[in-house]
Amino acid sequence: MKDFMLLFRQPSYDYSNASKEEMKALGKKWADWVGGIAAQGKFISNGARLAPEGKVLKAGGVVTDGPFVEIRERLGSFIMVKADSLEDATTLAHGCPALDANGSVEIRPVYP
Amino acid sequence: MTEEHDFLKQLFQQEFAKMVAVISKLFGLQHIEIAEDIVSETFLLATESWESKGIPDNPAAWLYAVAKQKTLYHFRRNKLFNEKIRREYTSRQESIYEAGDVNFSQENIKDSQLQMLFAICNPAIASEAQIGLALRILCGFGIDEIAEAFLSNKEAINKRLFRAKEKLRAEKVRMELPTENEIVNRLDNVLHIIYLLFSEGYYSKTQNQILRKDLCIEALRLGIMLTEYERTNRPKTNALLALMCFHASRFDARQSSDGALILYEQQNEALWDTALIRQGRFFLDLSAQGDEISSYHLEARIASWHCIKEDTNEKWEAILQVYNQLLLINYSPSVALNRTFALYKANGYETALVEAEKLKLENNHFYYVLLGELYSNCDQLKAKQNFQKAYDLAKTESEKQSIQKKIERLFYR
Repeated sequence: MKDFMLLFRQPSYDYSNASKEEMKALGKKWADWVGGIAAQGKFISNGARLAPEGKVLKAGGVVTDGPFVEIRERLGSFIMVKADSLEDATTLAHGCPALDANGSVEIRPVYP
Repeated sequence: MTEEHDFLKQLFQQEFAKMVAVISKLFGLQHIEIAEDIVSETFLLATESWESKGIPDNPAAWLYAVAKQKTLYHFRRNKLFNEKIRREYTSRQESIYEAGDVNFSQENIKDSQLQMLFAICNPAIASEAQIGLALRILCGFGIDEIAEAFLSNKEAINKRLFRAKEKLRAEKVRMELPTENEIVNRLDNVLHIIYLLFSEGYYSKTQNQILRKDLCIEALRLGIMLTEYERTNRPKTNALLALMCFHASRFDARQSSDGALILYEQQNEALWDTALIRQGRFFLDLSAQGDEISSYHLEARIASWHCIKEDTNEKWEAILQVYNQLLLINYSPSVALNRTFALYKANGYETALVEAEKLKLENNHFYYVLLGELYSNCDQLKAKQNFQKAYDLAKTESEKQSIQKKIERLFYR
């Protein structure tokens, strides 16, 4: 099996008005999805959890604050998984809650 | 007569471990057989003497006095050993010939046993051999009992113990507590061995109920020993104890009078041991101190939910989430299967079926039991096919029987 990184991107989101129940439901979605990968013995590790705020530095010293309107989708976080092939790793990405929020999952092999 | 026999058996089992630890501390772990011999000779003498004179008021003190004499006698008689040991010893200690050195005080017994626990749970020894050695040296089990627990024979067990002791010598393992820095890592190994000892009793294939219970009790005793010492009384030590208490609470409920295993769903909860459940909750509270979460913590939390029989969505949702966490730090096929069962209970069979199909644990009969269970909600034929596969893969007669019952129940729905 090879190692892959799954990177989640989501449009800028604002959870400050979300209710406790909504946050709990969202947390469950993620936990169940990652749990499903782990149940197949294919989970390696969690990436660092990224906080919502941030800055972007561009060529010419241009600094912008988040939310990152320029890049439509903000990098949420990532996890490391193992899979037989890129196709297999992509299958693992199905059901990722980022997709429900109109986001995307990028699947990248990692050099050994 | 049998009552007296049982009393002696229990006394010897307890005292064996204590005395071997104390005497081994004097001779050094490389001469552990001498300690075992001295203790065995002491028991022999006790049996003979007590048969004619009756059991003394304080049998343990009697044993200690005799073992002490025998130890000193051994030192004096065996000149060859004497010199060898003296050479090794005088570098660290003035003299070992003082009678006071053979010290069977409660405190020294406790210290020696704790040191022995760490010595035997040394990562240098393979864990299978460690369990055997732990049963013999830490729990005082007889060779035939160990053989029965492992479904093996005396010869094989003797060989295994011999190799384990050779390894102790080769690695120059000493009876001492690891240093402050080391103790956290070494404790993991000790806890793991205790966990394996417990599992050996709880899930053992041997039909001998008393022996199995004994194994579980000994594992609990060793765990409690660790909580009595500040440096080993860690949150995860308490978590492991909580886990063992919760499981042990169902010991009597999970087996019928004819020895067949009773599944959780069919257990009579009146037979659950509420004192052990309370004890488990006590240890679980203690384990919550600090910010450490070990796999014992998670398993203990799952086990604590299983001590509530009522099937609520809250219960299964909580269990599912703990399994999700557990899988991230400690994957095993059985955790994956249990997690999928919790998913079924919490999120419904459709979701669980999709997830179960991905597991592909094709040599595991529990996998097909789970698939059969899930399909029984929507497709009786597929359910039957899966149960049939489980039946073919199951290894024991009682497992086959319980799967057969599931097949029969299918068409009555």
